[in-house]
Amino acid sequence: MSIIALGMEGGGEGFTAPDASIFWEPVIGHEATAITRPVFLMVISAILVGWFLLATTKRRALVPSKGQMMTEGVYGLVRNSIAKDIIGSHDFLRFVPLLFTMFLLILVNNFFGVIPPFNYPTMSRIGFPVALALIIWVVFHIVGMKKHGFVGYWKSLVPSGLPKGMIPAIFFLELITDLFTRPVTLGLRLFGNMFAGHILMALFISGGWYMLQAGGILPVAGAVTWLFAVVMTLFEMLVEFLQAYVFTLLSALYIAGAVADSH
Amino acid sequence: MTGNIAILGYGLSAIGPGIGVGLIFAAYINGVARQPEARGMLQPIAFLGMAITEALAIFGIALAFVFKA
Repeated sequence: MSIIALGMEGGGEGFTAPDASIFWEPVIGHEATAITRPVFLMVISAILVGWFLLATTKRRALVPSKGQMMTEGVYGLVRNSIAKDIIGSHDFLRFVPLLFTMFLLILVNNFFGVIPPFNYPTMSRIGFPVALALIIWVVFHIVGMKKHGFVGYWKSLVPSGLPKGMIPAIFFLELITDLFTRPVTLGLRLFGNMFAGHILMALFISGGWYMLQAGGILPVAGAVTWLFAVVMTLFEMLVEFLQAYVFTLLSALYIAGAVADSH
Repeated sequence: MTGNIAILGYGLSAIGPGIGVGLIFAAYINGVARQPEARGMLQPIAFLGMAITEALAIFGIALAFVFKA
């Protein structure tokens, strides 16, 4: 169901604001086993990213082409200002592929929210960000255990030099943070931002459309609303980039915390 | 008047993070203004602080939709 049609529901009897149901768009099948639009978008984004990276790096040149320059710019951002600065120059290099993949995949999927033929931020379905957050969660625990050993890793959660009575409480808090809060906030932040941003844009556009069709002075308000829809779209693009950046940054931070030498 | 009280809860949950994000960027701007060459170092910290503070508001909006029924 398109957003415009949604705003028109009730035959002019009143305006129905878009709600979470606008995100349910099955393409093949129905109910729980349906293959929905975001699934296709995820596949398209993976193909798109893979093709772009291969095409721009196949014939590398000392004087880079435009495409190569773009790829190198994004790669440089992830490699130097995220991975290197946060994980540290000692062992950041083996995490760069993971972080770079995460960043590009999230960025492209987020931008699908404002690019016309797609118009759907994949990450506004909770399953996708949860899967990505789970990958990061597994990775940072495993690299931490490889570095410190199983027992040593859990021991390293508690900073040394604490009074004996404090240790169980701090350990418990750190355990909740590591096992529960970190993956949940990582996934939910991405989901929430995309979900809220998309619903806000849908509200501005469908509301503006409704007012444009109403009588009296309302069309003026509708025009202003559509103007704000444009502004919100630009703001959304900023948020989409920022969320991809923040997700990668936090992933790097969690990994850095797991591989850091205990003081 | 009809509506959903969950959205009021979201409004309340957005107050704290709103103030928090404001404080973080105020500190970031202050820092960069005093020492422009520290921008590269301060930027990830500022965004990190923002992301962590903002999480509360995100929980708010998620729960507003969860408890909508």
